[in-house]
Amino acid sequence: MPDKTAEKVTTATGEPIPAAAVATDAGPAPAKARSLWSDAWHDLRRQPLFIISSVLILLLLVIAIWPGLFTSASPRQADLAKHYLQKPQWGHFFSPEWLGYDGQGRSIYARVIYGARASITVGVGVTLCVTVLGTFIGMIAGYFGGWIDSILSRVTDVFLGIPFLLGALVVLNTFEKRSVWVVILALAFLGWTQIARVARGAVITIKQADYVMAAKALGASTTRILFRHILPNALAPIIVVATIALGGYIAAEATLSFLGIGLTEPTISWGGDVSAGREQLRNAPFTLIVPSVMVSVTVLSFLMFGDAVRNALDPKLR
Amino acid sequence: MGRYVIRRLLQMIPVFIGATFLIFVMVYALGDPVAALFGDKAPDPATAARIREDLGLDKPLWQQYLHYMGNIFRGDFGTAFNGQKVTELMASAFPVTMKLTFVAIVIEIIVGIALGVVSGLKRGRPLDTSLLVLTLIVISVPTFVSGYLLQLLFGLKLGWVRPTVSSDAPLNELILPGIVLALVSLAYVTRLTRTSIGENARADYVRTAVAKGLPRRRVITKHLLRNSLIPVVTFIGADIGALMGGAIVTERIFNIHGVGYQLYNGILRGNTPTVVGFVTILVLVFLVANLLVDLLYAVLDPRIRYA
Repeated sequence: MPDKTAEKVTTATGEPIPAAAVATDAGPAPAKARSLWSDAWHDLRRQPLFIISSVLILLLLVIAIWPGLFTSASPRQADLAKHYLQKPQWGHFFSPEWLGYDGQGRSIYARVIYGARASITVGVGVTLCVTVLGTFIGMIAGYFGGWIDSILSRVTDVFLGIPFLLGALVVLNTFEKRSVWVVILALAFLGWTQIARVARGAVITIKQADYVMAAKALGASTTRILFRHILPNALAPIIVVATIALGGYIAAEATLSFLGIGLTEPTISWGGDVSAGREQLRNAPFTLIVPSVMVSVTVLSFLMFGDAVRNALDPKLR
Repeated sequence: MGRYVIRRLLQMIPVFIGATFLIFVMVYALGDPVAALFGDKAPDPATAARIREDLGLDKPLWQQYLHYMGNIFRGDFGTAFNGQKVTELMASAFPVTMKLTFVAIVIEIIVGIALGVVSGLKRGRPLDTSLLVLTLIVISVPTFVSGYLLQLLFGLKLGWVRPTVSSDAPLNELILPGIVLALVSLAYVTRLTRTSIGENARADYVRTAVAKGLPRRRVITKHLLRNSLIPVVTFIGADIGALMGGAIVTERIFNIHGVGYQLYNGILRGNTPTVVGFVTILVLVFLVANLLVDLLYAVLDPRIRYA
């Protein structure tokens, strides 16, 4: 294994890795040194977990962006003549009556298709906000150390001390109309701590590396050291945590909407539909089960994706 | 050891103050408890001002916070807006949630560690792979989904258990809610134990124990398990606080009148004394649980000494 690759892997995961763990390639040693990222990509393409989850995520993204491609029915058109007693017609694939009608006579199939956009926007939005905020705070705490680190670490502890779901309930309850953006900001406000801790840990290890010393000796500015030398090398563990967290945020949004403190009408959300469906748990369980399955499958796709990315970027865990 | 405990206790103070103040500010500054009291109707300004004065809501926020904390340390958590003492609500809610958390943790420890050990020892085999996929699926299913599905299956379709829990919440009725509450953590415990066992199974001391001719059972329980459980204990300890605060969904599905139920109603109705009081206790539970976990380290791993 060429030196450069070995060094990259070592610094990115924060701890030295036995050579055996790094040299997992079955084929002959590559002629050119591969970076951590191309090494990871090389691995990823072979993982069934990655292939299955990417296909599912791509499908979900297409549904979220162009829901009209999948159904001609409107998710808001209510026809009380067709209310929940209208059972699913399992043979009628992709037609409005396929998965039955909910309590207000709206096509459940159309609603789960149109519900994808809100869930995925919240998941991706919160993950982006949390990653930027957490990385920034963690990097500053880790790089500068001293009293800055003490203060930032205590602030992190404070936010960690508040149970996530409870904090989100309190914050969101103060808004009357909760759009996708309000939910994103509220969850990001409470959720940045995990990434901040990971980023801080990674930065503390990396700042002692020879190439950082060299950059300092050459007179590079603090901003340049932070963004050109430290950030790229600290990115791997941050991306691992962020991708795994994405699924969790989608589940959190669905849970909050289910409790009636997440997204509000007119936004269509799976959690809200599950909550509405529980009225008829005995007579029409499908009104609850269909959106539940959609949430679970979506979360599962993102978790599998996160797992695959972690396996590729963190060879120690194999 | 003594000095370490004292230092940790001192470090807990700013975190405790910060977390409670943050919740206090979020409840007070973001919401309007007096408006919440009137529901959808707009309150008469004079009446609203009167209520504000009575409840001390006209003073600056930090004064209210100091006043509130001063009362808490005298054991007075204030009165909920309906006139009931918050301590009375706590006395009825906390035992129920503690029972529920206890059931969940026991399930987590027994099932999670057992599955993790089996999976870790059979690493790479079909059994391990299927358990791994299963845990991933379990983690992906949000609590409200698994709650309703299990309630539907065991409560309504099969009729094995009562679909909802009666008001005094006996232990046998809490088994199904306990499983629902434990499910996600259970999957994490399984994965953690599996990774830890898998790593340690190749360690020198395990090989030595096997070479000495110790029976396999003894090698696993006395040598391998004791060393592998350290990360698992951390997780379970941190989980106690999370489970107690996260029981909102489970308690709502099974109609359990515990902490989550009171908090949910308190938040919806802007009932500040209830919300802040309950969250304060939850934050304390979380901090103490974390401290206990760190002290448990020294018991499990004699190499760790606290000065």
